[in-house]
Amino acid sequence: MKFKNYLESITGIGIYPLISLLIFVVFFGLVTFYVIKGNKKHFEKLSNLPINDNETN
Amino acid sequence: MELQKFQYDNKTVKMFAYATILWGLVGMLVGLIAAIQLYLPAANMSLPYTTFGRLRPLHTNAVIFAFVGNGIFMGVYYSLQRLLKARMFSDLLSKIHFWGWQLIIVLAAATLIMGKTTGKEYAELEWPIDILITLVWVVFGWNMFGTIIRRRERHLYVAIWFYIATFVTVAMLHIVNSIEIPVSFWKSYSWYAGVQDALVQWWYGHNAVAFFLTTPYLGLMYYFLPKIAQRPVYSYRLSIIHFWALIFLYIWAGPHHLLYTSVPDWAQSLGVVFSVMLIAPSWGGMINGLLTLRGAWDRVRDNVGLKFLVVAVTAYGMATFEGPMLSLKNVNAVAHYTDWIVAHVHVGALGWNGFMTFGILYWLIPRLFQTKLYSEKLANMHFWIGTLGIVLYAVPMYWAGFMQSSMWKDFTPEGQLKWQFMDTVTKMIPFYIARSVGGALFLVGAILMTYNLIKTIKVGTFLEIEEDQAPALVGEYQSHSKDHWHRWIERKPIQLMIVSLVVVAIGGLIEFVPVFLVKSNIPTIVSVKPYTPLELQGRDIYIREGCYTCHSQMVRPFRSETARYGEYSKAGEFVYDHPFQWGSKRTGPDLAREGGKYPDSWHYNHMLDPTSMSPGSVMPTYPWLLEDQLDANSTIAKIKAMKRLGVPYPEGYENNAIKDMEAQAKEIAANLKKDGIETLPDREIVALISYLQRLGKDIKAEGLKAQK
Repeated sequence: MKFKNYLESITGIGIYPLISLLIFVVFFGLVTFYVIKGNKKHFEKLSNLPINDNETN
Repeated sequence: MELQKFQYDNKTVKMFAYATILWGLVGMLVGLIAAIQLYLPAANMSLPYTTFGRLRPLHTNAVIFAFVGNGIFMGVYYSLQRLLKARMFSDLLSKIHFWGWQLIIVLAAATLIMGKTTGKEYAELEWPIDILITLVWVVFGWNMFGTIIRRRERHLYVAIWFYIATFVTVAMLHIVNSIEIPVSFWKSYSWYAGVQDALVQWWYGHNAVAFFLTTPYLGLMYYFLPKIAQRPVYSYRLSIIHFWALIFLYIWAGPHHLLYTSVPDWAQSLGVVFSVMLIAPSWGGMINGLLTLRGAWDRVRDNVGLKFLVVAVTAYGMATFEGPMLSLKNVNAVAHYTDWIVAHVHVGALGWNGFMTFGILYWLIPRLFQTKLYSEKLANMHFWIGTLGIVLYAVPMYWAGFMQSSMWKDFTPEGQLKWQFMDTVTKMIPFYIARSVGGALFLVGAILMTYNLIKTIKVGTFLEIEEDQAPALVGEYQSHSKDHWHRWIERKPIQLMIVSLVVVAIGGLIEFVPVFLVKSNIPTIVSVKPYTPLELQGRDIYIREGCYTCHSQMVRPFRSETARYGEYSKAGEFVYDHPFQWGSKRTGPDLAREGGKYPDSWHYNHMLDPTSMSPGSVMPTYPWLLEDQLDANSTIAKIKAMKRLGVPYPEGYENNAIKDMEAQAKEIAANLKKDGIETLPDREIVALISYLQRLGKDIKAEGLKAQK
C-alpha cells in the first residue's frame, strides 16, 4: 500500500490549534476578570429579573 | 416615571405548547416503532415508508426539530416577553413563525418517509425545505430582536444571551451545512465531498446538539428553574462564565465524531482537546442549576415541575460528563459505532430535553389556564414512569455497547477474529427488547401527561389578555463612572449577537480553512475513479433507503477492523462522495470494502430476504427494490450536477451516460442469470448491486498492482 495520509503534511498546521487556544485563554481570562471584579449589586439585580416580573395570578 | 401598560402574547405560547406535546408524542412513537424493528424487522410490514432506514431519520428529526424545537419556542416566547417587559414584536411574525415551523415539520415527515433525503444525519431534509427553514428562522430572529429593541428592561438576563447565541449559531450551521446543488426538486448533492463533507457535517451535527438541544434549553433552565423555585439563580457570575465558555468551546468539538477516521489527525486532536475542556462550563451550568435549589429542596418534594427539572439538570450533568470521556480517543475506539452512543444521546434527549420540557409544561399550562393542575398524583406517576423508562432504556444500551465492542475486538489465541459479525448482532437482541420497553414506558408517561394537561385545560379558562406595566426606557443610558466593557455587551443585543457570532465563527473557520485548502493538496489517487452512472444511481438508492443509519463505510486503522473488513480507509478514497456516507452506527457490518466480497446473486437474494443469506440477520427486507423500475431519465441531470461539483467526467459525458448505464445493467442481469435469477436490467436492485460491488474496489485494484 502506497497511500500516505496526505492531510497531515500541511505546512504550518500547528499554528491553528495554537491560535485557537490563545484566543480562548485570553477571552476566558477577560470574562473571569470581569466577573470577579464586577459589581455585586448589579449581579444581584440581574439575577432577580426572572422572579420580579409582576405576577398576575 | 410614567408606567406603560401592555399585554403579553399568551396565545402563541399556548400554540407552541400544544405543538410540543403533539410532536413529542409522534416523535417518541416513531422512535418506539424503529426500536421494535431492530429485533422484529417484519414490523416494517415490507413497506418502504415504514422501514427503519426511513423511520430513524423521521424519529430524530421529529424529536429534535419538532418536539424540542417547539419546546424552545414555547419557552422563549413566554420568558422573553416577561424578561423584557414587552409584548412580542409582531403578532403577524409570531403567526408566520408558528405555522411556518409546523409546515416544515409536516413537509419533513412526508418527504422523509418518501425517501427524499440528503443522507446527512440530522440535516436530511432536502433543499426546498432547507430554504423554508432559513426563512422561518429569520422570522423567529426578527421577531425576537424586534422585541428586544422595544424592551422596557435595560439589561438582558442571561437566558436571553443563550437565545441570541442559539439564533445566530443555528443560522450559521444550517446555511453552511446545507450548501447543495439541486438535481431536481427533491434531490440534491452536497457541495462538499468526502473528508470535507464529513468535517462540515459533524461540525454541524455536534453543534446541532450544542445550539439546538443545549443552549436554548440552558436559557430555559436559567429562566424557569429560578421562576418555579421562586429564588434567584445560585451564581449570576457563574452563568456569565458558563455562557461564554460554553459557546466558545462547543463550536470546536465536532471532529470528536470522526476519531480514527480519515479526517486529518490535527483536526481530531483539536476536537478532543476542546471536548475535554467542555466539561468545565457544562458542569458549571449544572452546578449553578442544582445549587439554585440549595435550602429549598422541600419545594422539590411538593412541586412536580421542579422534580422534572432537577432530573433534567442531573441528566445534563451526566451526559456532559460522558461526552468529554467519549471524546478521548481510547474511549472512543471502544464506544464509536456501538449502542453506547445511542444510550449517551438518549440520556440527553429523554432526560435533559424531555424532562425539562415536561417540567415546564406542568408549570406553564395551569398558569396559562388560570387553574391548578388536574392531578398532581398523575404527574408524579409520570415522573416515576419516565425516570424508570430512562433507566431501562440507557442501562441495556450501555451494556450492549460494551459487549458489542468487545466482541468486535476479540481475537482467539491463534490470532483469528473470535466472532462473526452476525454473532454480535444476535447477542444484541435481548438488549434491544429491553430498550424498547424503556422507550415504551417513557412514551406512556408522556401520554399520561397529555391526558393530565388536557383535563387541566378543560377545567381552566385561557388567560388570553395578561396585562403588565413598566416604565419605558428613555434617553441614553447614563453609564456608571466605572463602567465596564462587558456591560456594553449586556445592554446591547446587537453587540451581543455580533460577539457571539465572532466567537462561534472563529471556531468554525479555523477548523475548516485548512481542510478546504486540502483539496488542492490531495494528489489524485490514480485508481480512484468517479462512479459510473449506474453506480451513482445505486448510491442514491442507498441514500434514499437510509442504509447509512445502520452501516458505516469507514474502516478504522485497528487490527480488529482491518482483519474483519480489509484495508483501513484513506482520505483520498472519498473525493467523489457527495455526500459522504461514513455513517455513525454499526447495527450491521461496515461496507467500505463490500465490493467483490459476494457474487451479485448474493446481494439480490439478500435484499429480498436477508435471513436467506445471513441467518439471524435483523436487516429488513427490501422487496420493492426488485420490482421498481429505475428512474433512468434522472441520470443526465445527476451527471451534470456532479460535473458542476468538480467530478471529472469527460466532456459531454451526460449524453453517453444512459448508454453506459444500460450496458453495465445488462452485464449484472446476465451475471444474475448465470445464478438462476431472472430480472430485468432496468430494476433498482441492479443499480444498487452495482454500487455495493464498487465499494472499496478502487483501492483493492491499487493493492493488486502494488503486489505485482
